Amino acid sequence: MSTPLVEMRDISVSFGGVKAVDHVSVDLFPGEVVGLLGHNGAGKSTLIKVLSGAYQADAGEIFINGEQARITNPRDARGYNIETIYQTLALADNLDASSNLFLGRELVTPLGLIDESAMEAEARRIMARLNPNFQKFSSPVSALSGGQRQSVAIARAVYFNARILIMDEPTAALGPQETRMVADLIMQLKSEGIGIFLISHDIHDVMQLCDRASVMKNGKLVGTVAIGDVTDDDLLSMIILGKNPKAA
Amino acid sequence: MKTEATEPVDKSGAQRPGLLRTLEIDTRLLGMIGAFVILSLAFNLITDGRFLTPRNIFNLTIQTVSVAIMATGMVFVIVTRNIDLSVGSLLATCSAVMAMTQTQILPNMLGLGLDHPATAPIAIVVGILTGTLIGGFQGWLIGYLTIPAFIVTLGGLLVWRNVAWYMTKGQTIGPLDSNFMIFGGTNGTIGAGASWIIGALAVAAALYGLWAARRAKLAHGFAVKPLWAELVMAAIMSGAILGFVATLNAYEVPVRRLKRLFEARGETMPEGFTAAYGLPISVLVLIAVAVAMTLIARRTRFGRYVFATGGNPDAAELSGINTRWLTVKVFALMGALTAISAVVASARLTYHSNDIGTLDELRVIAAAVIGGTALSGGFGTIYGAILGALIMQSLQSGMAMVGVDAPLQNIVVGAVLVLAVLVDIIYRRKTGDGA
Ligand SMILES: Nc1ncnc2c1ncn2[C@@H]1O[C@H](COP(=O)(O)OP(=O)(O)O)[C@@H](O)[C@H]1O
Ligand SMILES: [Mg+2]
Repeated sequence: MSTPLVEMRDISVSFGGVKAVDHVSVDLFPGEVVGLLGHNGAGKSTLIKVLSGAYQADAGEIFINGEQARITNPRDARGYNIETIYQTLALADNLDASSNLFLGRELVTPLGLIDESAMEAEARRIMARLNPNFQKFSSPVSALSGGQRQSVAIARAVYFNARILIMDEPTAALGPQETRMVADLIMQLKSEGIGIFLISHDIHDVMQLCDRASVMKNGKLVGTVAIGDVTDDDLLSMIILGKNPKAA
Repeated sequence: MKTEATEPVDKSGAQRPGLLRTLEIDTRLLGMIGAFVILSLAFNLITDGRFLTPRNIFNLTIQTVSVAIMATGMVFVIVTRNIDLSVGSLLATCSAVMAMTQTQILPNMLGLGLDHPATAPIAIVVGILTGTLIGGFQGWLIGYLTIPAFIVTLGGLLVWRNVAWYMTKGQTIGPLDSNFMIFGGTNGTIGAGASWIIGALAVAAALYGLWAARRAKLAHGFAVKPLWAELVMAAIMSGAILGFVATLNAYEVPVRRLKRLFEARGETMPEGFTAAYGLPISVLVLIAVAVAMTLIARRTRFGRYVFATGGNPDAAELSGINTRWLTVKVFALMGALTAISAVVASARLTYHSNDIGTLDELRVIAAAVIGGTALSGGFGTIYGAILGALIMQSLQSGMAMVGVDAPLQNIVVGAVLVLAVLVDIIYRRKTGDGA
């Protein structure tokens, strides 16, 4: 196989006495969707926050395209074209959709001033693709529904040509129609060669969207399996019992 | 953050396309202007027309400047969920540094005497550097060492007041350099002609602003207001600017003072000669600060990050914003503005005194909060803070003019502050405009 897009080797993170992530290794190839599964508190969010620069690992290494990467803050991660859709939506409620979309990467005029209308025009362009019903460009995002807010968060990740996309329970707060929209989007991004880490609780989604799945329990990696080789029940037993069907 | 139970309200209010909506006037601004107008008219009635004379409006304006300048900085501080209790004391330190620079350090070290053309500029630069550094230092303690702003600046309140005292050995320092004192108000006005020119330029700038905004919207194919609404806005803005200039120009320099001015130049005053004060330089400084701060708030990355951080600090951090460094910058800016206020305040007194700026922190915070800055962070406007300062000053001066006892004045001001915040909370709840 080719070089992995991302390789996280032997990552450990503790909070006080809690080993949130305990010597976990996962990898991701271009155009691949890897599911991260596990109960609440298994350490999924913590693991991917190491990749997105929100947390720093106590031990372990990250390789991007085979080269060792130093990710100490979210800016570093953006430098590697890693974009993240966080479980708790990382939006500034008081700002409007386009301000959130471009937060940290505003479009500016030649004088260095924020180019509000250019940003709104770009926001309208990308939203027309992701969520054609979206119209509330001048309201603060606090006035948006869960689905609308999620499309702003997704637009932010997609707009800047992510090569590595992390989605932490992207559909947890959404209705069925919006969930389908996100699923379609994942398939589309995958076909464009983007690598996606998808954290989800929905086994059905994972079976449908992912190529491989890594299962975590109590901070440890239970195992990584190819979706084609397993059934729903295999995955469930990995999550619940913490046993790898292959290793057994 | 919002509770999930609150139903999001459409702020655009699609169901009430009234006049205000067509004009796109901010209802909060309108409310504040309304309160201010009612207050002024009430005082004018009680004082038999003495409140709304050109003379009183002139005085009110120059009394507001120092607090208003600091209030614009306090907006950023409060928007980022911080507070600065040290501004009154920092003002004293900056004032002391500038007074010592012009009366002692420059004459003794560089041989530049009082009234040397370089004295005032050097003193002002030194003062602004002092304010910026001290503000930035406090910001570093808050941002990087994560000591709460309340504590750092509460300590600062004691420290800087007494640093000023220590430096000056508690002595009043004056008189100050005459070029320095032109920032004090009455001692530095630009006269009627220049005031009209500035007024005309301001009108031109406002019209250009409206036109440029409309053009940008049209260029991207966004909806614009009907042309008549645009013209109404233009008329209101021009009227307000020119009305303000006309009012200040109507305040004439007293004849005795004019006579003295002529005598000082060795001339005699022609019979029937009159001259207006026109716009005070301190007011021009406030206007420049207001324009710059509004531009920073709305059109720069720094300003955008201030509001994003106030709205959701985690989101800002995850978006790659260095919120610690941002805190340093916000407090450094507050310090620089405090130093500018120190120029205005000490120039107005014509000397540095130990108690200069005492209780200003409370006036400044009150101005920002009455002006609609939310203590929970994320919301606030520069014009609101300036209007808040003006409302506070009018209340205070009006009551003094009416003859309200000093303790009663402070009781009223305190009660108004609390009431203003209550009204603001109710307003936000109604409009769903954040909490
Ligand atoms: N910032 C934090 N501080 C302390 N403990 C944390 C923090 N974030 C996560 N944890 C703990 O780490 C463990 C893993 O949490 P998390 O990664 O959120 O799990 P998951 O996303 O799989 O539900 C949990 O025990 C959680 O309480
Ligand atoms: Mg999680």
